[in-house]
Amino acid sequence: MVGAGGVRLMQGNEACVEGALAAGLRFFAGYPITPSTEIAELLAERLPQVGGAFIQMEDELASMGAVVGASLAGLKAMTATSGPGFSLKQENIGFAALAEVPCVIVDVQRVGPSTGMPTSPAQGDVMQARWGTHGDHPTVAFTPWSVSETFSLTVTCFNVAEELRTPVILLLDEVIGHMREKVVLPPPEAVTVVDRKKPAVPPGEGYSAYDPGDGDIPPLAAFGDGYRFHVTGLLHDRSGFPTNDPEEAAYLLNRICEKVERRRARLTMIESRDVHGADVVVVAYGCTARPASRAVRMAREAGIRAGLVRLITLWPFPREDVARLTAGARRILVPEMNLGQIVHEVESAVAGRIPVVHLGKVGGVLMTPEEIFEAVKGV
Amino acid sequence: MPHIWCAGCGHGIVMGCLIRAIDRVGLDKNRTVIVSGIGCSSRAPGYMDFDTLHTTHGRALAFATGVKMANPSLNVIVIAGDGDLAAIGGNHLIHAARRNIRIATVCFDNSTYGMTSGQYSPMTPTGKFASTAPYGNIDRPFDLCELAKGAGATYVARGTTYHASLTVNLIAKALEHNGFAFVDVLSQCPTYYGRRNKLGGAVEMMKWYKDNAVPVQAARQSPEPLPPGRFMIGELFTVTAPEYTDEYAGVLERARERETRA
Repeated sequence: MVGAGGVRLMQGNEACVEGALAAGLRFFAGYPITPSTEIAELLAERLPQVGGAFIQMEDELASMGAVVGASLAGLKAMTATSGPGFSLKQENIGFAALAEVPCVIVDVQRVGPSTGMPTSPAQGDVMQARWGTHGDHPTVAFTPWSVSETFSLTVTCFNVAEELRTPVILLLDEVIGHMREKVVLPPPEAVTVVDRKKPAVPPGEGYSAYDPGDGDIPPLAAFGDGYRFHVTGLLHDRSGFPTNDPEEAAYLLNRICEKVERRRARLTMIESRDVHGADVVVVAYGCTARPASRAVRMAREAGIRAGLVRLITLWPFPREDVARLTAGARRILVPEMNLGQIVHEVESAVAGRIPVVHLGKVGGVLMTPEEIFEAVKGV
Repeated sequence: MPHIWCAGCGHGIVMGCLIRAIDRVGLDKNRTVIVSGIGCSSRAPGYMDFDTLHTTHGRALAFATGVKMANPSLNVIVIAGDGDLAAIGGNHLIHAARRNIRIATVCFDNSTYGMTSGQYSPMTPTGKFASTAPYGNIDRPFDLCELAKGAGATYVARGTTYHASLTVNLIAKALEHNGFAFVDVLSQCPTYYGRRNKLGGAVEMMKWYKDNAVPVQAARQSPEPLPPGRFMIGELFTVTAPEYTDEYAGVLERARERETRA
């Protein structure tokens, strides 16, 4: 069944595949790793049906490299992995960020570090998504809380990657990846699909893959189009060739970071409920937002003025929105399945004006509404 | 044109051989992608007028596999040094060979890490000196050609910077080969490897290639094994086997058939 809309019961990993195909994915390279493997398995079947390329590479580093190569050859490209593999991919994710190669990386988070707990959920890769590769670089990362949202956010990942010429990370977790829910798949024509900007000039007439002209994102030709351009992981000037010129180097690093920063508002997806007049605002994301949502309802029923902010965009962190939506609160509670990652961003966003309490849980079991409710009562 | 290579470096000769081979075979500049890793040799694509991709250390073959799979009609060439290809990228070398994907791979093999000023590589002979082997190298080197062949490469050859004309022929055949083709080209590094091992300058090092290279035909006719220090040059191995992107075209066909039946 290729590209058919309609109501389906499916896993988050499956919804990710449907979203990727709807967005125009035509290349996948991956390496088997729990709990992301279904994405590779499904694409091994589906991509050939749409004329796309699937390859299981020899390791995680190779998968990320192949994705960058395929994207430069003109295809929308993706890989999927989990924590250990996400670590291994980091160098080539940095390459994609610096060389401005659109691609999507799915990380279905499991408990870490190291081999950790391969079949259990965690939210421990939030900071790795932001800072996993070395050096200053832009990061765009989204995290869904449902199977249905996994579909739509995967489409968003591709659209943002293509528009901004940058790697985009989809942070799933074991619960969202493996949970089955109802999804209403839109018909293909109802899905908004963005393609990368191609050169406006014909080959031989001054195209450079690294000269943004009047804008801040240069158009990207495909290898084989006749433009004969150079791509490097060295700092490069506007011609695309390596440079040691401090001004050109700084210009490039600033440009690739600012192209994301400048679009922060547009990239921000955030939801809130009952935050006006709330004494306690719970800021949650991904699988933890599900029990958090219930806990806030329980608190309201118990007479506690509680509200919920759900982060969908993690990076760039929506600090202004978090500050605005929590402005009236006396306490902020940040439940997450790690020992403290996004909580620091929340603290930074409210700049000490409101006490921020962290509720961390590790060990591989989803938080319960009761645990979060108790914490809401406690703060 | 300014370049990064030291005086006497063999890499310019190897690059020249590659360009002559591309010209001889008549590859379309607009349909040819040259991919490299990190190291002295891997800067060569920046000096050539094709689509060129200078990747991360060791990963040229992985990126190149993505390019080739995404558009099998492109001519894909990989340039890599011996450290890049045989050490940090060794896994990609054996798996690209195993798949028999049509990527012509040229190893600029100078037995050292030149870019970082002369540490021992998997191609540094035992007993030689390097900045990280001040008491002599105790590692045993690869025979890279045997490694490539054992891993499944379907065209394997060795040349040297002294045997430039032969090397052009070998690379040209690699470019025309429908499968994974591997050409190991010995290239002198007088600055770091030669000086530290008292091998003389570029001329002496190339003369050593001349004196110690044995054409494959002569080596195979001799009943005696090659004496230590001698090495074979020429076309060492070639065989016909299914090429990976051709096989993938079969996958696309089977997927379409299954769709049609469904």
